[in-house]
Amino acid sequence: MIRDLLKEVLQSISANKVRSGLTILGIVIGIASVIALVGIGQGAKNSVAKSIESIGSNLIIVMPGAQRVGGISQGAGSSQTLSEEDAEAIKAQISGVAAVTPAVTGRYQLTAKGNNANTEVSGTVQDYITTRNIKMNIGSFFSDQQQKSSAKVAVLGPDTRDELFGENVNPVGQTVRVNKIDFQVIGVTEAKGGSGFGSEDDIVYVPLATAQHFLAGNNYISNISITAADQNSMTSVQEQISSLLLARHKISDPDQADFRIMNQNDIISTATSVTGTFTMLLSAIAGISLVVGGIGIMNMMLTTVTERTKEIGLRKAVGIRKIYINLQFLAEATALTFFGGFIGILLGWISSLVLSSFLSITPEISVSSIFLAFSVSTGIGIVFGFYPARKAAAMNPIEALRYE
Amino acid sequence: MIECKNLKKIYRNGDIETAALGGVTFKIEKGEFVAIVGPSGSGKSTLMHILGALDTPTSGEYLLDCKNVSQMSGDELSDFRKERIGFVFQSFNLLPRTTVLRNVMLPLLFSGISQKEREKRARESLKYAGLEEEKLYGNFSNQLSGGQIQRVAIARALINDPAIILADEPTGNLDTKTSRVVMKAFQELNRDGHTIIIITHEKEIAEYAGRVISIRDGLIENDEIKK
Repeated sequence: MIRDLLKEVLQSISANKVRSGLTILGIVIGIASVIALVGIGQGAKNSVAKSIESIGSNLIIVMPGAQRVGGISQGAGSSQTLSEEDAEAIKAQISGVAAVTPAVTGRYQLTAKGNNANTEVSGTVQDYITTRNIKMNIGSFFSDQQQKSSAKVAVLGPDTRDELFGENVNPVGQTVRVNKIDFQVIGVTEAKGGSGFGSEDDIVYVPLATAQHFLAGNNYISNISITAADQNSMTSVQEQISSLLLARHKISDPDQADFRIMNQNDIISTATSVTGTFTMLLSAIAGISLVVGGIGIMNMMLTTVTERTKEIGLRKAVGIRKIYINLQFLAEATALTFFGGFIGILLGWISSLVLSSFLSITPEISVSSIFLAFSVSTGIGIVFGFYPARKAAAMNPIEALRYE
Repeated sequence: MIECKNLKKIYRNGDIETAALGGVTFKIEKGEFVAIVGPSGSGKSTLMHILGALDTPTSGEYLLDCKNVSQMSGDELSDFRKERIGFVFQSFNLLPRTTVLRNVMLPLLFSGISQKEREKRARESLKYAGLEEEKLYGNFSNQLSGGQIQRVAIARALINDPAIILADEPTGNLDTKTSRVVMKAFQELNRDGHTIIIITHEKEIAEYAGRVISIRDGLIENDEIKK
């Protein structure tokens, strides 16, 4: 039976190759765009997660809360509520903490060798290279000694180096002027990749004490990075930090806290949920083209049924049951969409590879999305082939035979 | 073997009722060669549709081998046509872009009979219908001559070894010479014991049959057995 069905379907599809090909084009394009978009979206999600993970591992960041002036929020990080003592207290009193690094950040105008740059300057301590997973390319990071003695030394991010001294130049020993104060360059960090928000390549690191004395002019700090000993202790460390800081800042209601604690997993899930939503949106648009493709299939099947009225009449007259007529046309529509889905998956795969080579994202096409594409395309065949097939099966053989 | 008792077929179009058959009663025995003749609009096509189990009468009974066809459901009628009736249509109705062999095997689709058995039966049937050249069996039906097409159509009608062969205007689109060949073929089938019913409006064609039933205005006007 199934063999008969397949043979009949193959026969009628191959009898109209051009038309069948054009009809499945809608499905091909629809499936291909869904596969490509989901693949690239998944790849983008992974690369975002990866770049956030590259900041450091098991990272918890404490930032000052939003300052309120007359009840109006000035935005997170705007208030000056965190101090170096807070950082020391965390380090001393909380268990399960591997490293604690306070930092004070600000944007300053830099000059070196007549070149200008406006860059983030981060005053921090030596442990920062551990918590933020920073590797040195040239020279070294400043030592604890240099930090405590407020030495005027600076470590440049690779992008900042490129801007001030030129690409791949060794700037160690040169001078960079920050806020009219000369700093001696002692090292360049390795590129981490990523751009724009959260880039750690366009940055200058200076010792914390130096930044507080010469640049900020006060003892407040902008954030504290804490590395938990392991993944499992992150939640407990975060809770301990919260209650410690509440106690130190003499705040009883946690909702009124003047600081914010974020952990890396939260940041990753927020960032990836954004790309996820975007992928969903794009896929939904591509999905619409699938529906349009399905209508194309229905249109063609209706034409086929009308065209083959006489043949349907003959089949019925020689005693082929209604159900088999129905199945034959349904199978024909489904075979078309299934085949369209197959080509679409291949095409989507190829186009996501081509596109991603421009976007520097590795597309990820999962087995589940291929499986889904197959079931969706087959489903479209069944849904949109249903009505034409039923129309064929319901024909009166006498009238169908008379049809010219 | 065929028994029609007071067959009536009434078509309803809005409030207007048209009686295509106004009560037809006759019997056809096994091995007979019957021509049903009548002008267009006489009801002979309606009668053929009922005899071929393509349609059911409004009232009356149609018995074939003591089976009551008049009360069958759609699927029962399908199966009945497949097993008991061999159709030869006007203009023969072969599937285009389909080989001779596949055309003959069409009634065996979805039947559970093996492919090998189907081909064997199709070849036998084609030879019996007088199409001997095996090399033609792989040809598409639109590459055949008029006479060959008609033999393929007969072979298709014979493949299930039906109780009756029902031919609707089998010579309608043929020239006189080919018509004669076709009718001779039916006569041969009849000589071999097949029951044949031919529907036609041509008196000359009816001459080949052993019995002529004339229909006019939905009623039997004349039923004449020759010789």
